[in-house]
Amino acid sequence: MHERRIERLLTCAALSSIAILALIILFIFKEGIGAVRHTGVLNFLVGSRWSPSREVFGIFPMIVGSLWVTVGALLLGAPLGILCAVFLSEFAPPKIANLARVSVQMLAAIPSVVYGFIGLVVVVPLIREYLGGPGFSVMASSIVLATMILPTVISISLDAIEALPSSYKEGAIALGATKWQAVAMVILPSARSGILAAVILGMGRALGETMAVIMVAGNALSVPTGALAPVRTLTSGIALEMGYATGLHRQALFGMGIVLLLLILGLNLIASSVGRGVRR
Amino acid sequence: MLAKVLVRILMLLAVACSLCVLGCTVERRGEHSITVAGSTSVQPFIEVLAEEYAKERPDVTVNVQGGGSSAGVRAVLTGAAELGMSSRALKPSESAVRGILMAQDAIAVVVHPGNPVLEVDTVTLRKIYTGEITSWQQLGWLDRRITVIAREEGSGTRGAFDEMVMEDAEVWPGCLVQDSNGSVRETVAHDRFAIGYISLGLVNASIRALSIDGVDPCFESASSGEYPLVRPFLFVVKDEPEALAKEFIDFVLGEHGQAILAEEGLIPVNARTAN
Repeated sequence: MHERRIERLLTCAALSSIAILALIILFIFKEGIGAVRHTGVLNFLVGSRWSPSREVFGIFPMIVGSLWVTVGALLLGAPLGILCAVFLSEFAPPKIANLARVSVQMLAAIPSVVYGFIGLVVVVPLIREYLGGPGFSVMASSIVLATMILPTVISISLDAIEALPSSYKEGAIALGATKWQAVAMVILPSARSGILAAVILGMGRALGETMAVIMVAGNALSVPTGALAPVRTLTSGIALEMGYATGLHRQALFGMGIVLLLLILGLNLIASSVGRGVRR
Repeated sequence: MLAKVLVRILMLLAVACSLCVLGCTVERRGEHSITVAGSTSVQPFIEVLAEEYAKERPDVTVNVQGGGSSAGVRAVLTGAAELGMSSRALKPSESAVRGILMAQDAIAVVVHPGNPVLEVDTVTLRKIYTGEITSWQQLGWLDRRITVIAREEGSGTRGAFDEMVMEDAEVWPGCLVQDSNGSVRETVAHDRFAIGYISLGLVNASIRALSIDGVDPCFESASSGEYPLVRPFLFVVKDEPEALAKEFIDFVLGEHGQAILAEEGLIPVNARTAN
């Protein structure tokens, strides 16, 4: 009897997270579908004009903005994070490895507004001085986000690499491979599904980050024309205007929430199927 | 089985939610506290006033919250705040509430202190913000791209600027958007080629305000009505405000309150109701 009660409790706990997810999705759709219908799905998605006071809602620049910034963050952050994980697991002397691990954990504990502030006072002026443009840009956001996803990418790829049986590496070395050859030809390929998972989680973080991006992206409503152009992402678009929005405008912001949700779900699905493919 | 479990979960959630709501309400409705919410342009001034008010009435706490003019109106309508703050005239769609003019504020168009351009007229300013004029050369300086900075859609300052400068023209989508007077000021202070607009009361030495249509932005020109970019700061109330809220309004409209506002760079008004 007791056993059964515990079992039920656990079932409830498990189901509650599903229920919460379902309720959130339901709520966002319920709140947002009105504006999407009013504008038309196609116009909402590919319209390039966003003017809430005139009830024109086209979110294309923000979709492109989110994707640009995320891709930029991954281009910078993923290789750096993976290489760092390889160094920590295979090459680093134990003392340095420990120090680096602790630093990575600390990096994950820094609040995002602090990253944004550092981006604002360091990265933005540097870009403005040396590369031109207003400084608030795709590049600034990507650099800040790349730093923010490092802890995720590093710690999960590190787990993936360390989960490999040590016989893989030993075998490669016994066959005469150098340390780097063992890493490049045996370890990284065998750990690729875990590393992919690390990159995908990093991508989720980059796509969803809001505060830091508002501070360094410039939030312009045009489709970014290059790495130095200002940009507005879906998340910062929602956060910027949520406080003021009423009526249709508010619904349109929830509509952006729907798009963001679908975007992240879609990317996760693609990623997990790719992950399965890789494992086979 | 599954249905039963789901029902239970929903009940639990409902209990949790109602507890939350209850908790918040208890916290907010202290015996002697009023909540003022709304425009982030008015907020710093009301915070100063609230501090001063606490000296006169230590038993009353004035909570000041931001969120923007529209949020202020909404907060008053839902009862989340006793008083709203608005930095723009109320819209026809907001006829359920009433505005009480507490002061007027001028919007200053600001540039980097190293910028040699001293004045701009409203038409040119509009062209800068519609993206027709993109280079400082067209204003008699270097051939460098103007970094145009606007406020986010819905903010009181943006609303007032759009109404007074843009008229029916649409703001160029490529301009930077910053979400407070402070960040506009910071950005302009560090970018030689930037132009932005902020509350006149918040102009300091890190930036320089341009003359508009030949009139220097200052306290005198704004109160005389010569300076073109002047907007109202309103308290937003529903029906007749409660005693405590009424007392705070009277304090702000009184001699002492108005003197503080004038000291902080706003244009004081005599007590009167604006619609």
